[in-house]
Amino acid sequence: MSKGTGGTLSVMWQGITRSPSGFTGMCLVAAILIFVFGGRFLVDHHNPTDADAIWKPMSGAHWLGTNFEGKDTFTKLVLGGAEPIWVGALAAVVTVIIAVVLGALAGYLRGRFDDLVLQLTDITMTMPFITVLIIIASYFREISPWMVGLIIGLLTWPFLTRSIRAQVLSLKEREFIEAAQLQNLGTMRIVFVDILPNMAGYIFINFIIAVTNAIYAIVGLYLLGLLPSTAENWGLMIQQAWQNSAYLLPRALPFLLAPLAMIALFQVGLVLMTRSLEQALNPRLRDR
Amino acid sequence: MSDQALSPTAKAPPPSPPPRPPGSGSLIGRVWRAYAFRRFRRAVLVVFIVTNAGFFLMRAMPGDPVDVLAGQISQRGVSPVEARALAIQSLAFDPDAPIWKQWWEYFSGLATGDMGTSVTQVGVPVSDVILKVLPWTLFSVGAGVTIAITLGLLLGMLMAYRRNSRVDHALSLIASVMGAIPNYLIAIALVTLGSTVFGVIDFLKMRGRYSQGVEIGFNLEFIGDALYHGILPIATYTLATVGTWMLVMKAATTEVLGDDYVTVARARGLTDKRIALTYVGRNAVLPLVPQVAIALATVIGGAILVEQVLAYEGLGLLTLESVNNRDYFVLQGVLVIGTSVVVFTNWIADLVYGRLDPRVRVSDVEVTS
Repeated sequence: MSKGTGGTLSVMWQGITRSPSGFTGMCLVAAILIFVFGGRFLVDHHNPTDADAIWKPMSGAHWLGTNFEGKDTFTKLVLGGAEPIWVGALAAVVTVIIAVVLGALAGYLRGRFDDLVLQLTDITMTMPFITVLIIIASYFREISPWMVGLIIGLLTWPFLTRSIRAQVLSLKEREFIEAAQLQNLGTMRIVFVDILPNMAGYIFINFIIAVTNAIYAIVGLYLLGLLPSTAENWGLMIQQAWQNSAYLLPRALPFLLAPLAMIALFQVGLVLMTRSLEQALNPRLRDR
Repeated sequence: MSDQALSPTAKAPPPSPPPRPPGSGSLIGRVWRAYAFRRFRRAVLVVFIVTNAGFFLMRAMPGDPVDVLAGQISQRGVSPVEARALAIQSLAFDPDAPIWKQWWEYFSGLATGDMGTSVTQVGVPVSDVILKVLPWTLFSVGAGVTIAITLGLLLGMLMAYRRNSRVDHALSLIASVMGAIPNYLIAIALVTLGSTVFGVIDFLKMRGRYSQGVEIGFNLEFIGDALYHGILPIATYTLATVGTWMLVMKAATTEVLGDDYVTVARARGLTDKRIALTYVGRNAVLPLVPQVAIALATVIGGAILVEQVLAYEGLGLLTLESVNNRDYFVLQGVLVIGTSVVVFTNWIADLVYGRLDPRVRVSDVEVTS
């Protein structure tokens, strides 16, 4: 089993580093992570409101100008990335855990449990995701971004659950699983130790996809003005810029376009990574 | 893909002949009917459960329509207590009734097609409120998705035919990038780049559904104006979805191109155009049919954000407004309609697809029974 996952890891690594677009994606993601999590230690967190410096253009003192309150845009850009990325990661962890546990057990056990899981995925998939998220977000007025991440995770697991279930259905017919069953190794051990590691790469790809979906949702909630406006967050910057019609003012553009570009580039980087990972893990695609 | 090996003939062109009509008393006919009906029952159950979830979730939200209405009324200089009484009077339902009674009233109404009346636009039936905005969302999303699918299918086939060429690599990269950027950011970027940076569009004129003073009706002025205002949302939906379709179609075409009957068709000396259209194209598009229905529903769900950015008053903005005003009935109506559309388009797509490709139907019966 350890050999299996080690093999997957090296295949994945090669897939990313050998494909130019996958490598670009990885560099983009790494650069943004360093910018966000390294930059925190280099900028002055105290970013005062300055009524005399509203919407200042780019300059040596303010690399990206200032915003509608006279705050330094570059500082806000550095500090605003951590939250969406953490929330995205949290939501993805929740989604993947639920999907892996439910999907694997449903596919392996079949019967009543399987029916129940399928019914649950049907219902959850059908609920209009953004609408339900909006209702919940306005339900808790002072909802914390962490809660939002948790809720996003609780609403987005069905797709992955289905495909993991389908894969377990076919994996459990293989000989090595039959061998494990004959040894009476126990359901939990067979599912989580013998079956799931075979899907490690696939699960990892879906983790990344889940991160992009969660970032889409949390930035969207900020854009709709449904989350508390106290935090430093790229989504909030875009919302404030849009509300203040910053797009009409050329010198205010950095406050709108800089966070927009960061989110877009991060998403693009993640998606490029998944595409080349998919190719590396799927021989059918690789040979073509 | 494993079933492909089982029935290699099923994929041969022309796509398998349509099965016998369901009315015929054959065994297949009866199974087909049972299958369709089983899926239908399940669809109704799902809609019922989601509607219930919505019903209780909304009533659990802090603040209710009475608060919102009373707030509006007390701004006219009425004392809060009186405002509250007035608000309750103007409502078509009794907000203080026990919840089971409200539940029964709502669901018995729903069973006869009555979705109640709006709270914010006092007395207006929910169906009217929704019908006023729905065409706009359907128009913008529908046009955007249609353009995206057409473009995506053509470019995807091109990519598959020119696999590993420079065109393929460039288009694949563009497709991945377009598919990765959130649709609302595309809308913002379009507006900002188009208006302020390049100065080719005037967003202040283009925002909204149509210009003020233009009469809604079947006349050239209105249609032209609606199309003009539709440019930005349609372009946004197109750009946001075209990448995915390109990649999906590329994968599907690549799959088909490797099949034996394509090789045979080539050996028979058929023209490339004929092979591309009737042999490759048809068989590559077929498995994508159910995805179109799902895609449409997803895009309509994401329309909330795009409509908010572009101030395009469609279903999405109505949803947002109803949440803010605690307009239970409109929101319920949006949920019921939204869920039904998703569930029943899936149901129809399933059945249509089952008719087009009999393998699906047979395998489903095997799995579920």
